[in-house]
Amino acid sequence: MKSRIPVVLLACGSFNPITNMHLRLFEVARDHLHQTGMYQVIGGIISPVNDNYRKKDLVAAHHRVAMARLALQTSDWVRVDPWESEQVQWMETVKVLRHHHSELLRSLPQTEGLDHGRARSTAPTAVPELKLLCGADVLKTFQTPNLWKDAHIQEIVEKFGVVCVSRMGHNPKEYISGSPILHRYRHNIHLAREPVQNELSSTYVRRALSQGHSVKYLLPDAVITYIKDHNLYTRDGSCKGSGTQRNEGKTSWGEPATPPRSSS
Amino acid sequence: MENSEKTEVVLLACGSFNPITNMHLRLFELAKDYMNGTGKYRVIKGIISPVGDAYKKKGLISAHHRVIMAELATKNSEWVEVDTWESLQKEWVETVKVLRHHQEKLEAGSCDRQQDSPIPGRPGQKRKWAEQRQDFSQKKLLEPKPKDVPKVKLLCGADLLESFAVPNLWKSEDITQIVGDYGLVCITRAGNDAQKFIYESDALWKHRNNIHLVNEWITNDISSTKIRRALRRGQSIRYLVPDLVQEYIEKHDLYSYESEEKNVGVILAPLQRNTADANS
Repeated sequence: MKSRIPVVLLACGSFNPITNMHLRLFEVARDHLHQTGMYQVIGGIISPVNDNYRKKDLVAAHHRVAMARLALQTSDWVRVDPWESEQVQWMETVKVLRHHHSELLRSLPQTEGLDHGRARSTAPTAVPELKLLCGADVLKTFQTPNLWKDAHIQEIVEKFGVVCVSRMGHNPKEYISGSPILHRYRHNIHLAREPVQNELSSTYVRRALSQGHSVKYLLPDAVITYIKDHNLYTRDGSCKGSGTQRNEGKTSWGEPATPPRSSS
Repeated sequence: MENSEKTEVVLLACGSFNPITNMHLRLFELAKDYMNGTGKYRVIKGIISPVGDAYKKKGLISAHHRVIMAELATKNSEWVEVDTWESLQKEWVETVKVLRHHQEKLEAGSCDRQQDSPIPGRPGQKRKWAEQRQDFSQKKLLEPKPKDVPKVKLLCGADLLESFAVPNLWKSEDITQIVGDYGLVCITRAGNDAQKFIYESDALWKHRNNIHLVNEWITNDISSTKIRRALRRGQSIRYLVPDLVQEYIEKHDLYSYESEEKNVGVILAPLQRNTADANS
């Protein structure tokens, strides 16, 4: 019997904040890969983007990492890795993939610890693969001029592979057939379907929070408590971003001017 | 408008909750934000009332489990709770009767609570304005002002609203009472369709001021049907339902091909009852 290829899923993104939708990506992707019969998912990594990405309304990385950590407290296979967010400058996704892949290879002798004995059929010499996990909206951005380097797109789909979870309003097959590079490596792009249509996004959550509306059941309670305790995403609060150069003092973001509100 | 002038509202959600999902729980949050946001209402409680087994819906597992899952789901909620009265009845109970039951319960409770804090809440919940209310209520003594009794409203999705049109599913006098005496808070993605539906019904149109349409701007289609399907196919339901619910389902192996076959061939209780009445 052919043994399954061990896979680790890596999700890059702002996670501003992390939501149940992000957490679902991992579940859907894992189910999909398992049902192909070819893969055994042995781990998941959430890698929040560096502050220097300078996306509008991005709160400090240490908050985004902390929130992801809280969200993953109850997960037995997905973890957050702050490496990308701790670098001096923003780095391309392909470099994050390279880093985590080499880390994965470095930890090979301890693979048994990683998978908790689940991958019984893994041959000792099977090299784990690191795949980029993303939504279809990210796959679409491959088309945006100057957002990705062609060489990087190629390396991502050729050397690593992508698991793309479909979202409403997106047709990933179109994005693939519309791009020569993606089309060539389409065998390495796994399209997973999320059966539950969900338009939940961090943008929606931020907007709801700034309007004083409830976000309960859209993200883990522990994350909501953290957001309230640190006064994040309020209308007059720390997330006001103009997209231009921010001050260097990362610690000034998210620290409440008034004593933290008690969590509700 | 001061708090004391606002109408207190209790949101009641009836349904199978087979199982309860994050979407059900979101309905309460959306409804509360909306009603409070009008400035005229103050939502003080949410009630989940799982339907009894006698409803005979296909795939409906025992009320015992559905109630426990709802309780696990609302464990961390400060204002939403589960009520088992409906599920404990031997026969299926019409929604209007469940509304009536809870409204009467509130009215009875309100009379008793003249001396105490009138807010029906969880024990230990802070009642900051209790003192203010006590002064207010002592003037009335035995007779509570109608405005002081919280009003029960039916919380639902657009699917329930539109089910009013299904032949024999609802008695027309029940629909009239639901929208006339109680009121509806209906969460919908397609506000226009819901408005059209109200427009095309004389009964609903008459009481349109008592039908609050709340727009859910993002699709959040976590239906219990899809949850059950995912479970049958060995797919993860994590983050679609509260963790405690997911663990409970797994521990008790609640949903399977067999459980989905329950009540196959059996006529849904309201259809049976209303058809029988029509024929008699």
